[in-house]
Amino acid sequence: MSDVPAPSGAGGLSAWLTTDTPRSRFQARAINLWFAWRSLVRNPLAVIGLLIIAALILMAVFAPLIATDPPNQQDLANRLMPPGFQGHLLGTDELGRDIWSRIVFGSRVTLQVVALVAVTAPVFGLIVGTVAGTLGGWTDRVLMRITDIFLAFPRLILALAFVAALGPGIVNAIFAIALTAWPPYARVARAETLTVRRADYIAAARLQGAGTLRIITGHIMPMCLSSLIIRVTLDMAGIILTAAGLGFLGLGAQPPLAEWGAMISTGRQFLLSQWWVATMPGLAILAVSLGFNLLGDSLRDVLDPRGAQR
Amino acid sequence: MSPAPLLDVENLRVRFETNRGVTEAVRGVSFTVGRERVGIVGESGSGKSMTGRAILRLVRPPGIAVADRLAFDGTELQSLSERQMRTVRGRRIAMVMQDPKYSLNPVMRVGRQMTEALKVHERIATREARSRALEMLADVQIRDPERVFSAYPHELSGGMGQRVMIAMMLIPRPDLLIADEPTSALDVTVQLEVLRILDDLVKDRGMGLIFISHDLRLVSTFCDRVLVMYLGRIVEEIDAARLHEATHPYTRGLLNCLPEVGGSRAPLPVLHRDAAWA
Amino acid sequence: MSGVASTAPAKIAVSDLSVTFAQGRRRVAAVKSVSFAVEPLESFGLVGESGSGKSTVLRAICGLAPVSGGDIRIDGQAIPQPRDKAFARRVQMVFQDPYGSLHPRHTIDRVLSEPLAIHRFSDREDRVVQALKDVGLDARFRFRLPHQLSGGQRQRVAIARALIVEPEILLLDEPTSALDASIQAEVLNLLTRLREERSLTFIMVSHDLAVIDHMCERLLVMRGGEAVEALDRASLADRQVRSDYTRDLLTASEGYKR
Repeated sequence: MSDVPAPSGAGGLSAWLTTDTPRSRFQARAINLWFAWRSLVRNPLAVIGLLIIAALILMAVFAPLIATDPPNQQDLANRLMPPGFQGHLLGTDELGRDIWSRIVFGSRVTLQVVALVAVTAPVFGLIVGTVAGTLGGWTDRVLMRITDIFLAFPRLILALAFVAALGPGIVNAIFAIALTAWPPYARVARAETLTVRRADYIAAARLQGAGTLRIITGHIMPMCLSSLIIRVTLDMAGIILTAAGLGFLGLGAQPPLAEWGAMISTGRQFLLSQWWVATMPGLAILAVSLGFNLLGDSLRDVLDPRGAQR
Repeated sequence: MSPAPLLDVENLRVRFETNRGVTEAVRGVSFTVGRERVGIVGESGSGKSMTGRAILRLVRPPGIAVADRLAFDGTELQSLSERQMRTVRGRRIAMVMQDPKYSLNPVMRVGRQMTEALKVHERIATREARSRALEMLADVQIRDPERVFSAYPHELSGGMGQRVMIAMMLIPRPDLLIADEPTSALDVTVQLEVLRILDDLVKDRGMGLIFISHDLRLVSTFCDRVLVMYLGRIVEEIDAARLHEATHPYTRGLLNCLPEVGGSRAPLPVLHRDAAWA
Repeated sequence: MSGVASTAPAKIAVSDLSVTFAQGRRRVAAVKSVSFAVEPLESFGLVGESGSGKSTVLRAICGLAPVSGGDIRIDGQAIPQPRDKAFARRVQMVFQDPYGSLHPRHTIDRVLSEPLAIHRFSDREDRVVQALKDVGLDARFRFRLPHQLSGGQRQRVAIARALIVEPEILLLDEPTSALDASIQAEVLNLLTRLREERSLTFIMVSHDLAVIDHMCERLLVMRGGEAVEALDRASLADRQVRSDYTRDLLTASEGYKR
């Protein structure tokens, strides 16, 4: 009944990762991850997605080294120059700033948005969903109605309202996006909890004397993780677009901060004549959204069928 | 010794090629089936279900089924196109599976499923198909065929669902029936009823039957001949009446490890698997 | 079965137990006024087909099914509702489905350590290693995940998990129904040995009369939620049964008659 693989190479790490007799919990988990990874990279689309996201991360980390000019350095004599002009890879914007450098530094902002939202919204949604699903009754009803209220508003409108209340700025924008992003995760987590709740291993845990907290955190949450990870990855594109949208409306990043959405906004007026000012950041958003979508789709293939079978 | 066998299988091999390696489910199985009852017994992983599917050429990629010879009534099945195979499946060779919950379409009424199959194989009017279906339902001892005809599968009990399955499969009057654990999902008292129906039908129509099961005791009492499979190979072929004279240690082990009412309270003899059997 | 009334109370006494589930507006009576008593160190069987309520009785004892009538007593005392940790140390259960009773993401080590952590046992490391040995599993299984184990191996882990908190009573819900015959023999032998070694009291549920006959001294036949007949092993072997239903079950256990 076990489909453990034969050890592959002579290398120590390779043997460690493919042994069928793990010697510690850490090793067992590492082995599992390793096989999930192998499965994932078998799909060329997943690899493309991963490369794009890796590029984003690298770009953000090494921004000062990759950018050709400081992002906020203005050069009014050379404003709105086309790509290729005097070393400006993607041209200059309306204040003569190098677009390539602004995009590179803008990746930091994008990454910031993605990371903060990914860490807060799903975690909060997971907690709400699992608690509602496990406790049931009035707790479930109240929590789900609150979730419904948040879900009823279109994400961008709600984010707008929050930012308008809190004041513009990238941090407030991130906060607003996180506030609107958690409800679907709560629903997903609750749906998984309802299925998992009836399993024998949960009954066994109760019989052991496990309290509700231990059951939720140790038994139910791990089972919700796959769906949640897939969902988050697929949502990333939407979150980036929402941040860009807020920036576009002037409610997110404030000038002179290089943020891709804000760049499109200011470049809008030159769209017909100096198209590169708006199009370049737009392409960046497109690429990153695509990367997350491809990764999310492939993750679903890797994580879900295993979950269903095992 | 007897007329040409209904089914002649020679060196059947089924293997699965996945990115984790090659798994061989069936490793060189050969047997013949005439108009008799042959039981294939094995534990999980023995390849017995795969054998049944391979006969009907229902093994889909990544599984690959090949045989030196897979002849049904003289015709080599491996040389038939998928289209020709479809005239064989259902019409000449039928298959009954384990759980009617999963083998009956849950969103279609039973009657419609039965007549649909019939109309595919024979060009007859709906009214005639309906009356034949009702007749068949009566043949499987269903007391109220009209009600069952218009019912949905979830409205039927396990035993009744399995009887419907048998009725559906036997309407086109096939020559060979492959039953893959047909009673394993049923309660013990219902099992006997369903087997009795199967027994009568097979006898009346002179059909051949391949009965696949993990239950050695059941197969030995129901069938004429027994084939014991272990890890993809047939380790013993013996007349059901002479099962107690079985020679292979695996068969003997299987026979001995079963508890019996009124049996000894000593620890049950445990099967010690020998790698040489595989 | 009857005889001189002993002064010690029965280990487990179930009196007039009824379990009713509410499904929307319908009420389904899964168990209807079932009574039986299990003596200390005895192995008691509950036999029936699907829908007989036999598994529900076990779940009611564990607190996993709502009791709508009747009484359950252990050692003469009522059991707290909801079941507390002390109960968990006295009564444990092995479930039917080896594929569903172990958490898919927990290593075997975690499965066995968790009850030790909950009840604050010391020297957990040693106990886990010993538990694996007791059920005949090699140490190399310790950090594997359930999907890397066969059905029989998983069931052994389930038994180890149940026994690691040192209970007095073990409830077994069709522990071998999902296993191959040869594996079933091994697991049944293991259970018999452990019962002797640890002085356990068993209640075993099965649809297989032969298994119950092998493992239990006395049994109760159930059907449709009701108790049909109480028997002991000798009467069963001699076919001295009163109810036709029991007779049918006996006949069915002997195979098909052409």
